[in-house]
Amino acid sequence: MVALSEPTAPVAGDRRGRARQTTWGLALLLLIAAWASLATGAAGVSLSEALGRLISGEGLSLQDRVVLGQIRLPRLVTGLLVGAALAVSGAVMQGLFRNPLADPGLVGVGAGAGLGAVAAIVLSGLLPAGLAAATGMYTVPIAAFVGGWAATLILYRVSTRAGRTSVATMLLAGIAMQALAGAATGLLVYAADDSQLRDLTFWQLGSLAGASWAKLAVAAPIIAIALLGTWGLARGLNGLALGEATAAHMGIPVQRVKNLSILCVAAATGAAVAVSGGIGFIGIVVPHLLRLATGPDHRNLLPNAALLGASLLVGADIFARLVLAPAELPIGIVTALIGAPVFLWILLRRRGLLDM
Amino acid sequence: MIAGLSRRRAIAAVLALAVPVATALPLAADPAGRVVGVGGSVTETIYALGAGDRLVARDTTSTFPAAANELPDVGYMRRLSPEGVLSVAPDLIIAEEGSGPPETIQILAEADIPFVAVPAALDAAGVGAKIRAVGRALGLDAEAAALATEIEARIAAVQARAAGVETPTRVLFVLSAAGGRLMASGQGTAADAMIRLAGGINAVEGFPGYKQLTDEAVLAAAPDVILMMDRGAGGTHDSAGVLAHPAVAITPAGRDRRLIQMDGLYLLGFGPRTAEAVADLHRALYPGKG
Repeated sequence: MVALSEPTAPVAGDRRGRARQTTWGLALLLLIAAWASLATGAAGVSLSEALGRLISGEGLSLQDRVVLGQIRLPRLVTGLLVGAALAVSGAVMQGLFRNPLADPGLVGVGAGAGLGAVAAIVLSGLLPAGLAAATGMYTVPIAAFVGGWAATLILYRVSTRAGRTSVATMLLAGIAMQALAGAATGLLVYAADDSQLRDLTFWQLGSLAGASWAKLAVAAPIIAIALLGTWGLARGLNGLALGEATAAHMGIPVQRVKNLSILCVAAATGAAVAVSGGIGFIGIVVPHLLRLATGPDHRNLLPNAALLGASLLVGADIFARLVLAPAELPIGIVTALIGAPVFLWILLRRRGLLDM
Repeated sequence: MIAGLSRRRAIAAVLALAVPVATALPLAADPAGRVVGVGGSVTETIYALGAGDRLVARDTTSTFPAAANELPDVGYMRRLSPEGVLSVAPDLIIAEEGSGPPETIQILAEADIPFVAVPAALDAAGVGAKIRAVGRALGLDAEAAALATEIEARIAAVQARAAGVETPTRVLFVLSAAGGRLMASGQGTAADAMIRLAGGINAVEGFPGYKQLTDEAVLAAAPDVILMMDRGAGGTHDSAGVLAHPAVAITPAGRDRRLIQMDGLYLLGFGPRTAEAVADLHRALYPGKG
C-alpha cells in the first residue's frame, strides 16, 4: 500500500535536501508563532517593553507579570507540547497501521480519556471528600490520563497473542472500544445536570485556557519523553511500510517497534488530552501535509510533524483567544474550522498523491 | 520574577495608581470602580443597586438590562478566560456561585483582584441573601438591605395569595421541544422553584434536573398549563408547535390551549426582578383571581 509503487530510480528526485530545508523553515515558523503567542492577547501587555524592563532590572507590574508569567508562557509551552504530541502521534499511528486515516484514537486513548474526563466531571461529587480535596481542579486531567491508559492497555491485551500484536485486530477492537466508551459516556451525559453538561461540552471542544505550570510539571516530562522515544522509531516505521514480513526480513524488530509506538502514542496523547481536552484534526492534517511536501520517510516526517504541529496549534490558539476577546473560542473548533477546508483544498488540488 | 509578598503588594498599589481610569479612587478603602459582573442575576442586581456605571465588563449570561449588552463580554460564566478578564483591568469581580473554571479564579487571585462569589438562590430568602452579598461587595450595604427586604416582602405577598388557592394548577415546564421531544423540568431546578413560589405544582415528579419525557409521561403528568421560555421573535418555540405536539394536545393544557411564555432570565434568574416574575406567573396561572 505504501511506497511500493515508488520506482527505485528517483524520478522526482531525492527529497532529502528538500526535507532539510523544510525543517529549517518550520523551525523559523515555530519561533514566529511562539513570539506572536507571547506578544498578543486580550490584555494589552507589550512583550518588547516587558523584556526591556526585565533586562534593565526595573521589574514588571503585577498584572504584566501574571499575564506573561502565569497565563501566556504556560499556555505557549502547553500549546507547543500538545501540538507536537498530537501531530507526531498521528504520524506514528498512520505509519504503524499503514492507513492514512489512522489517528491516536485507534489505540483507544481518545475514547478512554474522554470517558475518564466525563466521569470525573459528572461523578466528582461522589468522590470521598478527602480524595476530592486532594486532587481538586486536577481531578479531570488525572481521570483523562488514567482512562486513556486503561483503554490502551485493554486494547493491547486483546490484540496481542503469543507475544505478537496483530495490527488488524487492534484496528477493529479499537473501533469496538470507541463504541463502548461512547455508550458509557452517553450514560454519564444522561445523568449530568445542566452545568455539568456545559462543562463536558467545553471539555470535548478542547482549550489551552486552563494551562498552568502545575499541570505542565506533570504533563511536560511525559510528553517530552514520549516524543524522544518516537525518535528511534523512524527506521522501524519505514521498514513496516513495506509490510511486516518484509520488515522482519530486513532485520527490524517488528514487535518492539509496535510496542514502543503504542507506548509513546498512549503517553503523549494521553497527557496532551488530559491538559487540553479533545483537540481534533492536528494528528491527521499535519502528517499528510508533510508527506505531500517531503515524502513518507519517517526520519524527516516525525521531527517535521513535531515542529509543524506545535506551530499550528499555537497559531490556532492565538486566533481562538483574539477573535472574541475578551472571551475566547474553544480551540478544537478553530483547528477543525481552519484545518478541514485547507485539507480538502489540498486533496482537490493534488488528488492521488495521498495513496501512500 | 519571584517577589516577596510585601513587594507584590507594593507593586499592586503602584499599579492601581498607574491605571489611568483608577485615578478617581486613590485610597484602598474606596469602593471598587471597575467591576466585572458574572452571572445574569448578579449583573442585574448591580444595575438595580444603581451601580451600573461601575461595571466595565459582563459575562455572556448577563443580558439584562439592555445597557449590559453594551459592555465587553468576557465569555460564558463557567469558562472565563483569565487574560480576557484581566484585559478589562478590573478591581472587583462579582460572580454567581459556580463561576470559573478554578484555574481562572486562581490566576485572578495571583493578580490580587478580589473575586466575590455570590451564593445561588432558589427561594425568597436566597434572593435576599444574593442582593445583600452583591451590595456588601460594592459597599452599598444599606441600599442592598432595603432592596432585599422589599423583594422578600413582595414574594411573600404573592405566596400568601397562592396559599389561598384551592386547586393548584399543574404546570409542565418545557425547556425545549426541539424535534418533537420535550425536555421537562423535574425537581431542584429554578423552574420547579418558580412554579412553587407562584402557587402551582410541578406536573412531573421523581427526577432531578431537566430530562426528556416520553409521550406517555406527558400524558400521565396531565398538565393544566405549559410553561416555556420566550426566545424572542426568531425563536423556535412557536406556541402552536408545542400545543400541537401529539401527547401535549390531549392533556388539559393542550385542550384549553394554555401556554405561558416568559423571558428566560426574568423567569429563572432569581435576581431583583424575581418578585415581579413570581407575581406575573401567579396571575397567568390563576387568571380569574386578578
